[in-house]
Amino acid sequence: MDGIEQVRSLTDQKYKYGFVTDIEADVAPKGLNEDIIRLISAKKGEPEWLLEWRLRAYKVWLEQTEPNWGKLHYPPIDYQDAYYYSAPKRKDGPKSLADIDPKLLETYEKLGVPLHERAALAGVAVDAVFDSVSVATTYKGKLEELGIIFTSFSEAVKTHPELIRKYLGSVVPYSDNYFATLNSAVFTDGSFVYVPPGVRCPMELSTYFRMNAEKTGQFERTLIVADKGAYVSYLEGCTAPMRDENQLHAAVVELVALDEAEIKYSTVQNWYPGDEQGRGGIYNFVTKRGACRGRASRISWTQVETGSAITWKYPSCILQGDDSVGEFYSVAITNNFQQADTGTKMIHIGRNTRSNIISKGVSAGHADNTYRGLVKVLPKAQGARNRTQCDSLLIGNTCGAHTVPYIESRNSSARIEHEATTSKISEEQLFYARQRGLSEEEAVTLIVNGFCRDVLQHLPMEFAVEAQKLVALSLEGSVG
Amino acid sequence: MIDTTPWLDALHQAARVRSDAAGLPTRRDEAWKYTDIGALGVASFPLAGRPQGSLPTVAPLTTDALQLLLVNGSLQVLPGAELPAGVVIGRLDGKASAELVEAHLGKVIPAEAKSLAALNSGLFDDGVLVRVGAGVTLERPIEIVSVGQAGGDPLAFHPRCLLVIEDGGAATLVERHQGSGRYFSNSVLEIALGAGASLRHYTLQDESPEAVHVATTGIELAAGSRYAGMLVQTGSRLSRHETHAALAGDGASFELDGAYVGAGKQHLDNTTFVTHTAPGGKSRQLFKGVLDDQSHGVFQGTVRVERAAQKTDAHQLSKTLLLSEQAEMDGKPELEIYADDVKCGHGCTVGDIDETALFYLRARGIDAETARQLLIEAFLGDVLEKIAAEPVRTAFAAVVGECLKGAHATRRTNDHHQG
Repeated sequence: MDGIEQVRSLTDQKYKYGFVTDIEADVAPKGLNEDIIRLISAKKGEPEWLLEWRLRAYKVWLEQTEPNWGKLHYPPIDYQDAYYYSAPKRKDGPKSLADIDPKLLETYEKLGVPLHERAALAGVAVDAVFDSVSVATTYKGKLEELGIIFTSFSEAVKTHPELIRKYLGSVVPYSDNYFATLNSAVFTDGSFVYVPPGVRCPMELSTYFRMNAEKTGQFERTLIVADKGAYVSYLEGCTAPMRDENQLHAAVVELVALDEAEIKYSTVQNWYPGDEQGRGGIYNFVTKRGACRGRASRISWTQVETGSAITWKYPSCILQGDDSVGEFYSVAITNNFQQADTGTKMIHIGRNTRSNIISKGVSAGHADNTYRGLVKVLPKAQGARNRTQCDSLLIGNTCGAHTVPYIESRNSSARIEHEATTSKISEEQLFYARQRGLSEEEAVTLIVNGFCRDVLQHLPMEFAVEAQKLVALSLEGSVG
Repeated sequence: MIDTTPWLDALHQAARVRSDAAGLPTRRDEAWKYTDIGALGVASFPLAGRPQGSLPTVAPLTTDALQLLLVNGSLQVLPGAELPAGVVIGRLDGKASAELVEAHLGKVIPAEAKSLAALNSGLFDDGVLVRVGAGVTLERPIEIVSVGQAGGDPLAFHPRCLLVIEDGGAATLVERHQGSGRYFSNSVLEIALGAGASLRHYTLQDESPEAVHVATTGIELAAGSRYAGMLVQTGSRLSRHETHAALAGDGASFELDGAYVGAGKQHLDNTTFVTHTAPGGKSRQLFKGVLDDQSHGVFQGTVRVERAAQKTDAHQLSKTLLLSEQAEMDGKPELEIYADDVKCGHGCTVGDIDETALFYLRARGIDAETARQLLIEAFLGDVLEKIAAEPVRTAFAAVVGECLKGAHATRRTNDHHQG
């Protein structure tokens, strides 16, 4: 079949973003122990309470075991064989974009994130994380006028310790799970956002970060707090340079929405997935959780997952406030030897809480793609509603698509509906499109884009273009 | 212990070693996440001995049924009627039809560690063997009735049945579980369907309200064979009914429907594993449950489609009505798909009675209670009406109806107290 041939030729396309920037890194010794954690904390000039918090996490982590319930297979990770701290070298903190290492700026150029242009043209404030330390934050002034705090995590620890202390670990406790606990012990940087009561953040906040130094695990920590009646849309997008050895990534994202606040969190994840033989690629173990703490609050997760060798990720919502709403929209595309085990948890605690889940999985090559989700309705969640739609598409007969939903209802007035389908692109659809003059590849791209449409339409404009391109690119390399 | 053959002893022995070493599954085992089988102390229930005194009589559901009666797991009554050529109905002792038994027993459901089937394989003392020869259609339904009889002290028993329908054969099986007192019934039924064979299988679990009921049914389907099952659960304090179906031959067809009614503190678990290993198979499952009071329902259904099983068409749907504030439902439908040219889907809903439908009925002058009752009956009726054999349908519907009335009565009392 020429379709298969097409897959092959397209699958061979090389990872577009594979390059390594050569910057002298300020690297701590290999391995993980209390001293390393003290070093990280000292490098960042952290207060005593935060160091203690890290050490508590580390002690718990030593007792925890790596979770193995995911449908994922990978060689054991040697946590002592990695560096836990590296920062781009610099003498003093950068005063402006001109002070930033030009090579670093070049890297962003290659990634299509020209900071100065982006700031001016797109109106997007970019808190760029290079490996572990924030190097530039733009549009701060404009946000400050509104009282919005958008800064690197380490800076926020210094400038707004009271907020950090109040909210850090309040959604994902330091002992939450193996990877989140590890992150709590060794996280190096990330982003912090606080939107004051009644303020609608006028622009999409965005962080572009990429892992860079060899063998540096990346442990970001993101905390977003939307105070009463506030609104913020946050974009997270990532690419990583091509590399042979697997890199561990264990990020934690915490969202807090108070009364009538809304947080929209969008991710495009396009890290290096490994080569056609399944060598290399990022191990992505992420804990993302949002607390709809206030009445009528709303948290929405949208993700496009096309990268990483291993994805272990379940962005979740704890619907505590009455009338709060949680949403999860996901497209996960796996090809070659990629493995994705991703989904969401919706915990309904408050009355009349609602959740909506749409998950689209596309599996090709030798990949395995699993949706794993939990919808839990607690006894007091009177009138709770959930609607879940999980669709999987298989391309070729050497891949797998799996759906593992857990549905737990303890309230008779709650209504839960779950539906899942698995299929391939039908011959009829293909025939129809080809009959109208489209090539097979175009037809497949069109059909799969349609398959993902319900999710992609939830992305903000700034991301929609990139995401559609990414889906198309992944499809080109995976569909025939 | 009945007189057995050495290979059967070996099977017992091997299974016992496995199950002793592993013990009972706990809620930490993923497949038992929602059902705590050890909670009611079954591990310490002593094995039932041979039943003493007079035997219970159970009226067959259909007048022409070939009835077999097991009391506390031991086979007491075999059908006296003359059987058509090619049909064997007898004791599972390893001597009768030894080759056939050896070929299938413990093969349809292997005694995996930490499984209740392994416990049965290690401990079953007596059992039933049914064989329907190639091309034979057995018109009269076979009815296997398992009765638990516990007096003051709790007891445990492990009924075992093997049913083989050879190529092109056809039969109907009615399976009933009932009893009195506190007992642990852990039954295993293995079914092997030859090429083009077909079986209709109706199961009614109406155990004693104090009973713990575990049943593991394994079905192996050869090419072009058909299985149509109905599983109704109304009885027991805690029940787990596990069905393992393997569609191993091309174009096999598997259909399983279930209805269950829970009240009081009942815990009713329906777990199914359907594996498609050959192309062109079709599987359908529809489970509907009504849960009242503090009852707890569980539905776990895994559909696995292996690489070779192209053109598989598999669907599964679980719907549950929660009638009381304290009732609880846990669902875990699961798809595991490794072939691309397939059509697979599942659905799962949990909720209360549809308010719109209730309003519709009330607008036509039907009072709220009656309208509710009608809607609940209709909800389960959807499933029950799929029973092809009329007398079985009537009998199953009557048991379900009684349970719903019971649930209905408790709710009214509760409403009264609240009011």
